[in-house]
Amino acid sequence: MTVARQDFLVDLRAVRFAYGEREILRGIDLSVRRGQVVAIMGGSGCGKTTLLRLIGGQLRASAGQVVVDGADLAGLSRAALYGLRRRMGMLFQFGALFTDMSVFDNVAFPLREHTDLPPELVRALVLMKLNAVGLRGAEALSPAELSGGMARRVALARAIALDPMLIMYDEPFAGLDPISLGVIGQLIRRLNDALGASSIMVTHDIHESLEIVDYVYFVSDGRIVARGTPDEIRASDDPFVHQFVHAEADGPVPFHYPAPSLAASLLGEVGA
Amino acid sequence: MSRTVLDLWVGFFVVIGAAALLFLSLKVGSFSGFNSSNTYVLQAPFDNIGGLKVRAPVKSAGVVVGRVAEIRFDPATYRAVVSFSVDARYAFPRDTIATILTSGLLGEQYVGLEPGGDVDMLGEGDTVMITQSAVVLEKLIGQFMFDRAAE
Amino acid sequence: MSGVIGFLRRVGSRTVDMVWRLGFATRFFGLVLLYSGQSFRRLHLTIREIYFAGVLSLLIILVSGLFVGMVLGLQGYETLQRFGSSDALGVLVALSLTRELGPVVAGLLFASRAGSAITAEIGLMKVTEQLKAMDMMAVSPIARVVAPRFWGGVVSMPLLAALFTAMGILGGWLIGVVFIGVDDGAFWSQMQAAVDFRYDVMNGVIKSIVFGVAVSLIAVFEGYDCTPTAEGVSRAITRTVVSSALAILALDFVLTSFMFRGQS
Repeated sequence: MTVARQDFLVDLRAVRFAYGEREILRGIDLSVRRGQVVAIMGGSGCGKTTLLRLIGGQLRASAGQVVVDGADLAGLSRAALYGLRRRMGMLFQFGALFTDMSVFDNVAFPLREHTDLPPELVRALVLMKLNAVGLRGAEALSPAELSGGMARRVALARAIALDPMLIMYDEPFAGLDPISLGVIGQLIRRLNDALGASSIMVTHDIHESLEIVDYVYFVSDGRIVARGTPDEIRASDDPFVHQFVHAEADGPVPFHYPAPSLAASLLGEVGA
Repeated sequence: MSRTVLDLWVGFFVVIGAAALLFLSLKVGSFSGFNSSNTYVLQAPFDNIGGLKVRAPVKSAGVVVGRVAEIRFDPATYRAVVSFSVDARYAFPRDTIATILTSGLLGEQYVGLEPGGDVDMLGEGDTVMITQSAVVLEKLIGQFMFDRAAE
Repeated sequence: MSGVIGFLRRVGSRTVDMVWRLGFATRFFGLVLLYSGQSFRRLHLTIREIYFAGVLSLLIILVSGLFVGMVLGLQGYETLQRFGSSDALGVLVALSLTRELGPVVAGLLFASRAGSAITAEIGLMKVTEQLKAMDMMAVSPIARVVAPRFWGGVVSMPLLAALFTAMGILGGWLIGVVFIGVDDGAFWSQMQAAVDFRYDVMNGVIKSIVFGVAVSLIAVFEGYDCTPTAEGVSRAITRTVVSSALAILALDFVLTSFMFRGQS
């Protein structure tokens, strides 16, 4: 690849991360070009969400560099980090809407916190964002009255309220019915292109993702094991990718948790 | 809940809270402990203060005019020195007599001031020279027995 | 032998854990104070919390105050009339309420009503990632969520304690004067003569402010620090009530020994 480094909005170089003794990430190189939608895939608990936290600056890498929009997160003060985060939007797994506010106030929250816009303008912006996710009619509802898919769309409207340069999605498809799933998938792509933003999506929903993303990283055991465009992934004969794409129970990711052989366990040789 | 209704409730809460404080300060308590800005301090040495305590009332003609501020022992004269603050509205002549009295037979002890006839008045930090100590019941009984025996 | 070692080890790790948490709580208190600016600049955030902590605790405080005062009236009369000094009923009711029962019982009720609610609310926000989402939106959760709740509690508590005391005195008056027939004039005048505003009433108010700070801090801290699971939140709520009660009683002892030492 001959892309200049400044073309990367997000650039992770040899990033390692550990919770105490437990190593989660063991050297990740990952980059997102401006305008791209990138998916990070992998099994549950492989460190995908940790990656998003690192990019959002909620966690600090124990080694390596996390560079977002040219700024190394390790060297940022809290104020500078908050400044950077104003240009990021994040969609949490279950939306994380503020339960004590209406849908309207949820979407208006970032605008009211970070701008001094007059109420009429805030109202116009909020309605535009809600319209973009197709929920303008739901502005007066409380989050408790929304279905899972609607809550996620409201959260998406809130994430894009300040027209961010980078949108992050943590498992945007988890627990959705097929229709909502398609709706969210299309929204992610459309909003990314409309806003001229870049998106990073952490997911294990491979088929939906391959439809909408530009590039895919596969993470397993804290390392990137495969990468490529959707077409490359579909054509890949990498055993891990193959197992993942075709949802096979056994393969490079074993079905069994490491254990002595079944025969040995049954014959009681372990206890002997 | 709209913000105005909420504000109304909080306003109501603050008002009745303040009313409760006002009730406590006016109806329940009293400002008997005069603050130092409008009092002056007098001292009086006593041979024996009995059970007098700090914050005991200082009365003249039965009216509370001040409070005992401090009680200490003077090692030079072996007497107790009682400092008390008196409401600045009341002035007492120099030859006022300070007595330690008991309200009722077993009640709390207080300092009684009995004004004399001097034209000069006591001021801040002055000492009341003429004092009468507390009546100690054991001494009284002892004296009574002694007098009887002498007869 | 190994049992003893195991026991000692558990005690040791508990102690270390407690000291560690205490240190974190202190740092957290500092952060809350540091980020308090916003809860004053944007007053409606704090007013909202005064509503939740104060107004919603009103009913339980007023009713409990009335009953505590009525019990004091009954018991006090029962004891005082043996010495023929039932006129001093007002003094007994008012002094015990202003100095001790008002702040302490109101504090305990406040901890279980408002403190647990604050912990539950912040804990649930943590479970549903609302705090993290706020942080990602470059809004500090301590400034936006924790500090207003803390100050709402600190403002509410003295008002609630004053209301509790006032209701209690009215309850004592109701039993003593209206039902038993103690002389109305003696009840109030003896009370006024014996209760000093600065010495008794103000010290009670100071106590209630201190309890308000302690309970509010414990409540927001336990909520913020809880394990983000349903079980973690319920344990945090229990801890809020238990630690608040212990803190109130221990602080009450310390404050009382400072305020009323060696005097009347």
